[in-house]
Amino acid sequence: MANKISARNINFYYGSHQALFDNNLDIAEHAITAVIGPSGCGKSTHLRIYNRIYELYRDQRVTGSLFIDGVDVLNEKVDVLELRRKVGMIFQKPTPFPMSVFDNVAYPLRLHYRLSRSEIADKVEEALRGASLWEEVKDKLKSSGLALSGGQQQRLCIARAIAASPEVLLMDEPTSAIDPVATLKIEELMVELKKRFTIVIVTHNMQQAARISDFTAFFYKGRIVEFGDTEKIFTNPDEKQTEEYITGRFG
Amino acid sequence: MNKLRTISQDNAFRLLCLLAAGIAGVLMLGFMVQLAVDSSAAWREFGLGFIFSSEWDPWSNRYGALPSIVGTLITTVIALVVALPLAFAAALFLTDAPPWLSQIIGNAIDLLAAIPSVIYGMWGLFVLAPIMQDYVQPFLIDDLGLGRIPFVGEYYMGFGLFTAGLILALMILPYMAAIMRDVFAMTPQVLREAAYGIGCTRWETAKDIVLKYGIRGLLGGVFIGLGRALGETMAVLFVVGNIMDMPQTLSDGGTTIASTLANNFSEADGLQRSALMALGIILFAMSFLIQIISHYYLSATKSKRGEAK
Ligand SMILES: Nc1ncnc2c1ncn2[C@@H]1O[C@H](COP(=O)(O)OP(=O)(O)OP(=O)(O)O)[C@@H](O)[C@H]1O
Ligand SMILES: [Mg+2]
Repeated sequence: MANKISARNINFYYGSHQALFDNNLDIAEHAITAVIGPSGCGKSTHLRIYNRIYELYRDQRVTGSLFIDGVDVLNEKVDVLELRRKVGMIFQKPTPFPMSVFDNVAYPLRLHYRLSRSEIADKVEEALRGASLWEEVKDKLKSSGLALSGGQQQRLCIARAIAASPEVLLMDEPTSAIDPVATLKIEELMVELKKRFTIVIVTHNMQQAARISDFTAFFYKGRIVEFGDTEKIFTNPDEKQTEEYITGRFG
Repeated sequence: MNKLRTISQDNAFRLLCLLAAGIAGVLMLGFMVQLAVDSSAAWREFGLGFIFSSEWDPWSNRYGALPSIVGTLITTVIALVVALPLAFAAALFLTDAPPWLSQIIGNAIDLLAAIPSVIYGMWGLFVLAPIMQDYVQPFLIDDLGLGRIPFVGEYYMGFGLFTAGLILALMILPYMAAIMRDVFAMTPQVLREAAYGIGCTRWETAKDIVLKYGIRGLLGGVFIGLGRALGETMAVLFVVGNIMDMPQTLSDGGTTIASTLANNFSEADGLQRSALMALGIILFAMSFLIQIISHYYLSATKSKRGEAK
């Protein structure tokens, strides 16, 4: 399988505090890569480099290279708006915009493309179907996105993220604020979505990582301790730290 | 053992709250009744025609409200049109700027809001009006050719409705900016990141997400500014010209309800006094109307803005 993303010698700093050390990671195309590790080890920090969202903050700084389709997207010349269309992000807490269900999904379309009303309507339906939400919301497209349940809101955010035809989806603990049934739904959805997208997911849920991911990276104190096939990481890891973490004997 | 807390104490607290709210209501009602009684002579004499007449002639005792109403509306609209985008931009800048800078500018804005309006008026008269006359109006009217647009006016006196509107804009700007800044700060950071995350620019995030999220608070800020502009007296008095005729253009001198009241009250009696009271009621009604419209707007656009019902 081809690599969609390659991180090379990534170091990351919050002001003078270094949060990531020499991260090297290859993310395979059309696969789910899970990022695991104890709290504060740098999982979110690592993910937030992929769409350069860290740039919103003055004191945050990265060195190294991040290749997406062979292009170093950390280069100043790369159009960050286009990068963020290509690389969608889902957050821990659902983040519906303060607008209707329809507009939530139509908004990124209007942002990035010049489309007719009917084209937008078609693409909104397609995205909502893609996020397995269409049947539940087709009668309330005009009502508020905030009026949905937590799980529905999260799928709405997924629909919004996939509407503008991205290629990569970043998910930072997308199910940790959601009940088990809704979580299962989203997990099924992700397995479906990986046919079309490259997915990177941060999770604290070991079963989830084992269930849905193809590859797993174990982070510890800002370093990538081990990376490989999910099956190998969870059955026969090379590193002692990895084993201790996934078996819950972490000290 | 003595009881520390009882339900009757809580009831007493509720009573106190009720009383406080009641006083506000009674005061309001009192104002209305007083204004209605004192203005009744004018309404009897002129009827609703009072609102549409542009006469103001103490010699023949004929009074009309139209010039004052129009002047109030024009100055207020100018103030809003000028102040709103500036306040929005200032608030955006303050939320985005480095903390030390936004601290300094924020304090400066708060200070601006504390300047008494009579100072604005004097500054308007001695500084702004001459500048308007010598530079701004010639530039706008001749160089930009705006004078050819109907109702803009083709001459420059410095004072007048336009200058009064600018002074008002300056006065309400800090209020609106301060409130908008607080509203912007309320938007959850993760919502902002979500907006940037789908490829929004700063401007798009501000106008489509932050603005919609905080529309209630923002409108609150706008209406506080609007209320101030409507009722502002001293600052306007100095620069508006206090001409009781119907203004023909924006560059004309004019008057507003508040400045008409302030100008004429001391020597008014009889029917004129009653007519001034009637003007007061109209001002009251205008503020009320604005409140009602804003409430209506907010509830009518609820689902569109995405507020949960
Ligand atoms: N905005 C910030 N400013 C300064 N330091 C930060 C900031 N965000 C994170 N850090 C630090 O960077 C390190 C990595 O944080 P990060 O949020 O990436 O961890 P994480 O693995 O995502 O943890 P969690 O599982 O709790 O989400 C931590 O030591 C944290 O304290
Ligand atoms: Mg995290």
